[in-house]
Amino acid sequence: MGAQLRVYKRRIRSVTATKKITKAMEMIAASRVVKAQRKVAASTPYAQELTRAVTAVATGSDTKHPLTTQVETVTRSAVLLLTSDRGLAGAFNSNAIKAAEQLTERLEREGKQVDTYIVGRRGVAHYNFRERTIADSFTGFTDEPSYADAKKVAAPLIEAIEKDTAEGGVDELHIVYTEFVSMMTQTAVEARMLPLSLDEVAEESSAKGEVQPLFDFEPSAEDVLDALLPRYVESRIYNALLQSAASKHAATRRAMKSATDNAGELINTLSRLANAARQAEITQEISEIVGGSAALADATAGSDK
Amino acid sequence: MAAELHVALVAADREVWSGKATLVVARTTTGDIGVMPGHQPLLVVLESGPVTIRTSEGGTVVAAVHGGFISFADNKLSLLAEIAELSDEIDVQRAERELERAKAEGDATAARRADVRLRAVAAR
Repeated sequence: MGAQLRVYKRRIRSVTATKKITKAMEMIAASRVVKAQRKVAASTPYAQELTRAVTAVATGSDTKHPLTTQVETVTRSAVLLLTSDRGLAGAFNSNAIKAAEQLTERLEREGKQVDTYIVGRRGVAHYNFRERTIADSFTGFTDEPSYADAKKVAAPLIEAIEKDTAEGGVDELHIVYTEFVSMMTQTAVEARMLPLSLDEVAEESSAKGEVQPLFDFEPSAEDVLDALLPRYVESRIYNALLQSAASKHAATRRAMKSATDNAGELINTLSRLANAARQAEITQEISEIVGGSAALADATAGSDK
Repeated sequence: MAAELHVALVAADREVWSGKATLVVARTTTGDIGVMPGHQPLLVVLESGPVTIRTSEGGTVVAAVHGGFISFADNKLSLLAEIAELSDEIDVQRAERELERAKAEGDATAARRADVRLRAVAAR
């Protein structure tokens, strides 16, 4: 076998192996998307009921709570950025990071100090590489977040918002995550999560035409709100984590699909080249044989005379 | 037809149980509370502990509930909890092992969690 042909053969073998791997990863990601979507759906009843309960408190009493009070001049905000632990997901992480950076820039232009909280190794690596300070980071669960993970993320954030700004607390909390729109579309979105505007929550559910009855609070409206609001924040973060996970798997699936397609194309091109090389080799061999035998025939014809 | 209320027991990551019931008994921060059909609208913070639901068919469902609420309106009762397990789902031996381990390690929250599970099974 000619040297060139051997090189092509070797490359085809290596690309075929890569294609097998990306194909497997695509299928794994596809099954994980379904699983993640199911988890999003399973968490909806809780989120819905919780929203209803919060609305009930909001409309049934005018209780004040640190998580709902709007500070007049915001001096420090927290940004919670959700990325994934692993890459190979196309532009998934860079989109989320870019959205967070734009938000940070905007907040800083408004004269606010920004504390960054990050979920996922990718985001942490990005910020560490640029030597930016991270207030807190959480890693190791982004593929399949559980409610306990959401609690872990929410705890320091709630603590920070309840603390006075002078003592290092924050006045508002923004969250940047990737919303799962469909299998093909995932968009990085940012939302202000805290302070909660109870009116907005109330509007959301009253838009559905529900009339809120007058509730009896036990032990008291303040205590109920005290217990309810952290749960509400946790459930919102949980939902964002789940959506982010589903988006990541969908992005991985898409990235791996195009990698598989590209590998297929490359194999095609390479096999054409290999065929051409093989044909060239054969042609050359034939012309060598023909040339050789013609020369031999000429030589024997000459000696006969 | 006896009066009944609709109960949905919802944990953070799944719906644990839903159906019709005649009585729901739960432990609040200020004491036990029983909710029957026609109760006035209610929003209650629960202690971690067993919740007993008497179903319309006469059966009893007991669940271990951690960090929960009851909201009741329009004869619909929602039991929200961070973690909720039906007593049939609880592995007694495992809960007992966990309780011992948690006590040995001085892990108060884990011990309470295991204790609530065992109490839920005992109440069945």
